[in-house]
Amino acid sequence: MHVPDGFINAPTSAVAGVVAAGAVAVSLRGARRELDERTAPLAGLVAAFIFAVQMLNFPVAAGTSGHLLGGALAAILVGPYTGALCISVVLLMQGLLFADGGLTALGVNITDMSIVGVAVAYVVFRALVKVLPRTRRSITAASFVAALISVPAAALAFTAFYAIGGTTDVAIGKVATAMVGVHILIGIGEAAITALTVGAVIAVRPDLVYGARDLRRPLKLRVGGELVDAPAAETPAPAARTSRRTLWISGLVTSLVLAGFVSFYASASPDGLEKVAEDKGFAASAEDHHTADSPLADYGVKDIDNARLSGGLAGVIGVGVTIVAGSAVFWAVRRRRTGEAPEASSPTNTSV
Amino acid sequence: MGAGHAHKLYRRASSPVHALPPHTKLAATFAFVVVVVSTPREAMWAFGMYAVLLGVVAGLARVPFGFLLKRLLIEVPFVAFAVLLPFVAEGERVEVAGISLSVSGLWGAWNVLAKGTLGVAASVLLAATTELRELLLGLQRLKLPPLLVQIASFMIRYGDVITDEMRRMRIARESRGFEARGLRHWGVLAKSAGALFIRSYERGERVHLAMVSRGYAGVMPVIDEVTASRAQWSYALALPCAALIVCLLGWML
Amino acid sequence: MDAVTEASLEVSGLAFAYPDGHQALFGVDFRIERGERVALLGPNGAGKTTLVLHLNGILDGGTGSVRVAGLPVDRAHMAEIRRKVGIVFQDPDDQLFMPTVREDVAFGPAAAGLKGAELQARVERALERVGMAEFQDRPPHHLSFGQRRRVAVATVLAMEPEILVLDEPSSNLDPASRRELADILRSLDVTVLMVTHDLPYALELCPRSLVLSEGVIAADGKTAELLANDELMRTHRLELPFGFDPSR
Repeated sequence: MHVPDGFINAPTSAVAGVVAAGAVAVSLRGARRELDERTAPLAGLVAAFIFAVQMLNFPVAAGTSGHLLGGALAAILVGPYTGALCISVVLLMQGLLFADGGLTALGVNITDMSIVGVAVAYVVFRALVKVLPRTRRSITAASFVAALISVPAAALAFTAFYAIGGTTDVAIGKVATAMVGVHILIGIGEAAITALTVGAVIAVRPDLVYGARDLRRPLKLRVGGELVDAPAAETPAPAARTSRRTLWISGLVTSLVLAGFVSFYASASPDGLEKVAEDKGFAASAEDHHTADSPLADYGVKDIDNARLSGGLAGVIGVGVTIVAGSAVFWAVRRRRTGEAPEASSPTNTSV
Repeated sequence: MGAGHAHKLYRRASSPVHALPPHTKLAATFAFVVVVVSTPREAMWAFGMYAVLLGVVAGLARVPFGFLLKRLLIEVPFVAFAVLLPFVAEGERVEVAGISLSVSGLWGAWNVLAKGTLGVAASVLLAATTELRELLLGLQRLKLPPLLVQIASFMIRYGDVITDEMRRMRIARESRGFEARGLRHWGVLAKSAGALFIRSYERGERVHLAMVSRGYAGVMPVIDEVTASRAQWSYALALPCAALIVCLLGWML
Repeated sequence: MDAVTEASLEVSGLAFAYPDGHQALFGVDFRIERGERVALLGPNGAGKTTLVLHLNGILDGGTGSVRVAGLPVDRAHMAEIRRKVGIVFQDPDDQLFMPTVREDVAFGPAAAGLKGAELQARVERALERVGMAEFQDRPPHHLSFGQRRRVAVATVLAMEPEILVLDEPSSNLDPASRRELADILRSLDVTVLMVTHDLPYALELCPRSLVLSEGVIAADGKTAELLANDELMRTHRLELPFGFDPSR
């Protein structure tokens, strides 16, 4: 799904670039908070891992094989911020070194795959983990669903960009159905590989699975060591845990409010989402019926479906935007809270 | 795969293009692609001009034409997509050899193909004339967040180490008679991927220890800095400037 | 502070337990004078790595004290301690994390604030001491394992440490690289603490040895005498290679 140059027009690419830059900045701060001064080496190694694992081929049937995209896997293993950061770095380097994905499309690619993909995967994953019983099997199941949803979600995000700034007049419904259809298939493969891989890590080093940290918390009696040696290098004391939960809830509420606002706005004003469909007019619908027999293909023609579709797209954009905004809020609140005693909590930070 | 895969695109040579400071090349490539993408698709001749400009750069950089063409293959999936466009796009239709094609779809296909190909060609030229290390320095110089550059730098440094570990795990699997043939074997492959993650993460922790032991306290020291003279800048920017003129003409004509 | 009479390294009463409750050190005492080359021997799980990580303050929080050239290892002196104690880790791939050899060797001194020509001179001197000066601009993964180990030593030498701590320096080296590294280590005029399982190597390089077993120093003396003491060797699971005679 590496978009090349010329797919999306220049202004939209620029907007995507700004969105991506903002999101990367937020995840830089988030990752720094999660990993402290270990960010550079750990995130770098995880990025190298994602890069390598994308080359690992999973044979599907004679001759064909699939490979991992890694967004959901990264989010679940190392957390959403670090995960998004790693995927972004991988995309940047792929664009620069291998010409894989256009330079002007970098913003689109990062927003789709590393922001929306990772964020959707993580939100779905966390929600499921909270609902399901606290077992390892649930973590694996949640990983499966999270990966399954994240891939078509990223495809939808691409469709949204395409709707706003696509360079070709293909009915947006067609693009959406084609993209989502294909990516649901890819998503199934991604889901299976992600779940199996998370399961494999959990079996050996459950402490390394960021998304499963809640699982082992009750097992720990004392969180004493704060230095780098122990695999369970968890800094926050029990006191911070409750505050994190309130943060989590308040962040969720903020996201919901924002999501409602965004979708309301999106459905109230016929913006770029419906532009393509309007441009088409009647001629398009008449033309369409005899070329496309597929029951899915005539999705984009009718007005009602279009509205529903644009609502769905707006929802996805909404989720993406809210995740970004929500994390910003998170970060700000958290920072203020920890800001009071930053020196005491980071003993290894000796200035040079 | 294996050692040095990340250097596949680089072609060692001494040319004026190789000698340019990396950040000027990065900026020039990026500006060039932006200009290309902003060009109206109806100005077909403009894209021809862009191709000529890139050809001149390739000539100066002593990058053989065949090499460039081979690298363009990465685009193939999108060519397939572009070929579909005339069939699925809306609007006025024309008959070509008995097949009904959409006019706007044809334009769209042309647009994607022309711009995509030029974009890939420009990136390939950049990668072929700039070493990895230099690229990172260039990004650093272009004021990318330092942490991002560091992560990229660690990724590049350990990419080979990790792909090598992956290769060794594959050899170990195959030596014991295992060969992944289908869905049934995903579990085994995923276990390898999981083990690879654990190894990568633990290595990250050890690398951090090694860094701390040498006085790292959260800020990477700046050891190398690249600088560019005014002449080098103007040399590098000649490409996007020429392209800009073509683009403006494309809009006006 | 009277630096001349201070020991390079002085560890007293060091005890440490990991956060999970596992106690690794149970009161370690020893002293290494300036310019000595000492081997730290011990079976797997004796606490060798734990001890090493205490020497530059990566681990702390137990009881007892570590002093480097008279300076206590604590928060207030951390930057200086990490300059004075150079640790060469076992896997050179962990140690060489920068894109080129030169930048890697420069990392420590640059973190300490060195710049420009002074930094470059320091890097070149360190690389010359390990015979790797002509590899400055190579990426580390293009070097052989033995060369990487030597560069790893140079990264630490560039910080002009008071004491050089090597974790299994001879592991994975072919006989030629092993000998080359021994020559380099012998040519250095710094205090060396070498953690190793390679008893012949310890005998070759270090006149004195410490045996760490079950978290305490079980023996401290001349390497040749310790290795000849069969009973001591057996109780601490130390074994010489077949046919090797330490008295020869």
